[in-house]
Amino acid sequence: MLYREAGDFKTSYREDSQTFPLRLDRWGYYATLAVAFLVIPLVINDYWANAVLVPFLVYSIAALGLNILTGYAGQVSLGTGGFMAVGAYATYKLSTSFPDISILIHILLAGGITAVVGMLFGLPSLRIKGFYLAVATLAAQFFLVWLFNKVPWFYNYSASGQITAPERTVLGWFVTGPQTSAPAKYLVCLVFAVGLAWIARNLTRGTVGRKWMAIRDMDIAAEIIGVNPLTAKLTAFAVSSFFVGVAGALFFSVYLGAAEVGEAFGINKSFLILFMVIIGGLGSIFGSFAGAAFLVLLPVLLKNVLVGTLGWPTDLAAHIELMIVGALIVVFLIVEPHGLAQLWRLTKEKLRLWPFPH
Amino acid sequence: MEQFLYAAEVVVNGLMAGVMYALVALGFVLIYKASGVFNYAQGVMALFAALTLVGLQNGQVPFAHMINATFGTHLDTFGWTLPAIVAIALTALVMVGLAIAIEKLVLKHLVNQVPIILFMATIGLAWFLEGLGDVMWGADIKMLDVGVPKGASEALMTVTEQWTGYGFYIDRLDIWAAAIAAMLVAALMVFSQYTKQGRALRAVADDHQAALSVGISLRFIWVLVWSIAGFVALVAGIMWGSKSGVQFSLSLIALKALPVLMLGGFTSIPGAIVGGLIIGVGEKLFEFYVGPLVGGATENWFAYVLALIFLVFRPQGLFGEKIIERV
Amino acid sequence: MTLRFASLVAAAILAAAPALADLVVPNLSYRTGPYGANGTQYADGFNDYFTLLNERDGGIGGQKVQVPECETAYNTEKGVECYESTKGTGALVYNPLSTGITYQLIPKVSVDKIPLYTPGYGRTSAKNGKVFEWVFNAPANYWDGASVIVKHLLDLNGGSLDGKKIALLYHNSAYGKEPIRTLQELGKKHGFTLTELPVDAAAGQEQKSQWLQIRREKPDYVIMWGWGVMNQAAIQEAANVRYPMDQFIGIWWAGSEVDVKPAGAAANGYKSATFHGVGTEYPIYADLNKFVVEPGKASQGGEHVGSVLYSRGMYAALVIAEAIRKAQELSGTPTVNAAQVRDGFEALEITPERLTELGLPDFGPEITMTCENHGGSGMARIQQWDAAAGKWTLISEFTEPDQEVLQPLIDADSEAFAKEAGITLRC
Repeated sequence: MLYREAGDFKTSYREDSQTFPLRLDRWGYYATLAVAFLVIPLVINDYWANAVLVPFLVYSIAALGLNILTGYAGQVSLGTGGFMAVGAYATYKLSTSFPDISILIHILLAGGITAVVGMLFGLPSLRIKGFYLAVATLAAQFFLVWLFNKVPWFYNYSASGQITAPERTVLGWFVTGPQTSAPAKYLVCLVFAVGLAWIARNLTRGTVGRKWMAIRDMDIAAEIIGVNPLTAKLTAFAVSSFFVGVAGALFFSVYLGAAEVGEAFGINKSFLILFMVIIGGLGSIFGSFAGAAFLVLLPVLLKNVLVGTLGWPTDLAAHIELMIVGALIVVFLIVEPHGLAQLWRLTKEKLRLWPFPH
Repeated sequence: MEQFLYAAEVVVNGLMAGVMYALVALGFVLIYKASGVFNYAQGVMALFAALTLVGLQNGQVPFAHMINATFGTHLDTFGWTLPAIVAIALTALVMVGLAIAIEKLVLKHLVNQVPIILFMATIGLAWFLEGLGDVMWGADIKMLDVGVPKGASEALMTVTEQWTGYGFYIDRLDIWAAAIAAMLVAALMVFSQYTKQGRALRAVADDHQAALSVGISLRFIWVLVWSIAGFVALVAGIMWGSKSGVQFSLSLIALKALPVLMLGGFTSIPGAIVGGLIIGVGEKLFEFYVGPLVGGATENWFAYVLALIFLVFRPQGLFGEKIIERV
Repeated sequence: MTLRFASLVAAAILAAAPALADLVVPNLSYRTGPYGANGTQYADGFNDYFTLLNERDGGIGGQKVQVPECETAYNTEKGVECYESTKGTGALVYNPLSTGITYQLIPKVSVDKIPLYTPGYGRTSAKNGKVFEWVFNAPANYWDGASVIVKHLLDLNGGSLDGKKIALLYHNSAYGKEPIRTLQELGKKHGFTLTELPVDAAAGQEQKSQWLQIRREKPDYVIMWGWGVMNQAAIQEAANVRYPMDQFIGIWWAGSEVDVKPAGAAANGYKSATFHGVGTEYPIYADLNKFVVEPGKASQGGEHVGSVLYSRGMYAALVIAEAIRKAQELSGTPTVNAAQVRDGFEALEITPERLTELGLPDFGPEITMTCENHGGSGMARIQQWDAAAGKWTLISEFTEPDQEVLQPLIDADSEAFAKEAGITLRC
């Protein structure tokens, strides 16, 4: 009753193929966007921006990217951290070499560079499949991290190898560097997240997306019906890496402001993002956001409950937190292996009938 | 000649390191073969086993820190110490208990899921065990001493000095590890070839459904294989723990085992051993000769890149089952 | 559902804020993760010193000190979360015990105007107060440590290291790379050659190839910049390849009990730099026992009292407490704010007499900070492990580092930063 798909008639192809064909969906998303763009920036403070919302948006972008590769094209990757590092170091190099060009352009360019690197490391996927590929992408992870650690050119020969984001403005507002206000940080990330989500949504329901899904479901069969696995897999790697690269760029320049490659972009990051994708739901745009929200909020929440409310010693709380997150993941996989996105779908099913039983 | 001897020394030490990697990789292979689960928690299981072993040996009170924090008590140890062999036996029992719990609470509910979900579940498990190990036994660095000797082998050094004029260095711990690994593999082979359970295990590894249809209990086999993997983790934990103390970093050895698996194939026990040796020697030689030219610390990625290049030519690994795809 | 969850989150976060105390010194500690074993002891010392002040003296200048602890797990993201969640509570100074988190916080604290105190770690060139207004790293920094170690080696070799080979075994991270440039410069000056041997942070326990390399090259000395499991593994491997322990010297972060104990008797003679005393033979421990340990108020039950890292945590707390005291004196009010504490740091003077008064005679070097100099004298000393007695013995007096070499490096690095970040020089 509340959620209605019936009765929403279209009279032109254009209307039929818009991003959100259902009126209810469309209004729902418009409302969410309105709140996100108009209300939250007015009430946001440093803590909410830096500890919750900015990491959530950045991780959402990375999860979107990985979801394209893993959820839509079926190629499991554990190299996400390494590709994020490419994005971060590319922005650093670009913004320190060409300080006059807008940082937003640098971030997009960094995504492009990451896409090229991603395609390069995607080449073995033509031969290697399944877990072998997953482990093979770890080669990218470890090699890239080592590279950025060892070649001083990447960090402008600073003594410690740390990179620090220079201060840059967009339309007179600081968007990187310590003087950035909480709303500015949040809005930059939000613009990228919304824009990329829109691109992802439209890519995945078009020809490219269908090819990816054909490859995912069975690559040999897809090849036989005329999907070129080379272009399909490589475009998946490229698009995915572009997203991940932008996420890495934002992660470094807007969120953290300084980074050290082994610490910020290590193997744990790859696992974390893969988790977001799985918990959110493979092959779902909404799922990427939901998964990121779940894994960003849960530790913060647990920490605050265990330390703040229950007053436990911090180390004990940290260990228990690890246990709870681990156990929750297992429980979650048992109860709903298709992720939060599936829960959302079920909710919609329910809402379609509610409050009438039949 | 001198250069050759150095190289030989590096190779021998690489082989020894390879054995240590293979010890971890073995646990992965066992579980993957029998249940198709890529068990990321194997490294954490080694940590957990080693923590439990030390805790039992020193008579620590489990969860002492948590109990103290909640009730304000001052528990620490029971005040006894157990002989190593008793503690090892008890730890093995704990690992069997853990295997049963994992089967009951996790695996049973995940039958028929796609591999990646199972893989993720084991990562969740790894986090859980990591937290549990610390809560139970505390996060301090612990010394593990079950009587495995360490330090350079004197005998070997003098013998090689007489023969070649250059005393070879090999850690006695590594020699022990190699011997124990060899025994472990032999025992596993005997077990899987000559016992009823072993045959059942191989049957399950071959074909789940066929095994089920001739009356083999899949759940029993899973408990069995996770117990064995737990035992292998215990052995790996003892070896690595004797080397540099028992602490969080022990769980990271899983990362050293992954390229070994890729190279050797996920399904082959000899593959794990041979893969381990190749990786061990390869990365040591590379770090020793090429490392200084490119700034060192190459060991982390070299193993992966080596395995990756290898896989491009042989996608199922060295000894892995040939991948046959049907539409 | 989402709404309820959000309100739950909000409630939990609000609840997390500690009750407003007069003096808040957050302890961004790490007791978990790969470096948890090291971080725990430091955090205990840090907490216990403030507990002692509260219990014995009723705080500083009559104001109680609150030390809310926040777990970072040595992870920069969690560090940021901790910083953001505690800075609103009136935090006076931060001491995150992580070079990575320090780099993260340096730009942030200068905007939020909260001092950052990083004794013996963090960004070395922060010593230059002209550029880094809010950062203090007295009494010594990494480059001081490197120089004092080289000075010790000079002493052992009658003043010349000409033609000697020195290997640097380092943690492959920002922290481990810090001393390379200094050691290269010192190498040029004293004529020794430097071999760099990085050890990967994640795989720190496997160092066979590095030690085989040391076996082949036979360097005269090995200097180590390690942290966590890397230290134990290195000392163990050194013992295995029979590298003479007294030619193996670590920086202060590679010189605590946890590092040497796993190697047992074989670690005897291993040296490390340090910038404070160690052990429980100082008068302060009588008070600490009476007011903190015995009443059961010690952090984590007080099992690490007197260890190297515990002493270091306590020393950091002591300097912070003294800075707060100085700030109270300067501003004439007991309830100081973060900016006043910064002024307190800048005018801080800890004389040997003051240390004796505090119950820690000859515990640390004399500290005098000024507007230009945020790093004190940089004096450090060398300690040696006595495996039979199971304790560290101090084997040298406080030694001045070679400022002639260090100062130009500090100026160059900090001025490069100033230019990059657009900072105008003060003082």
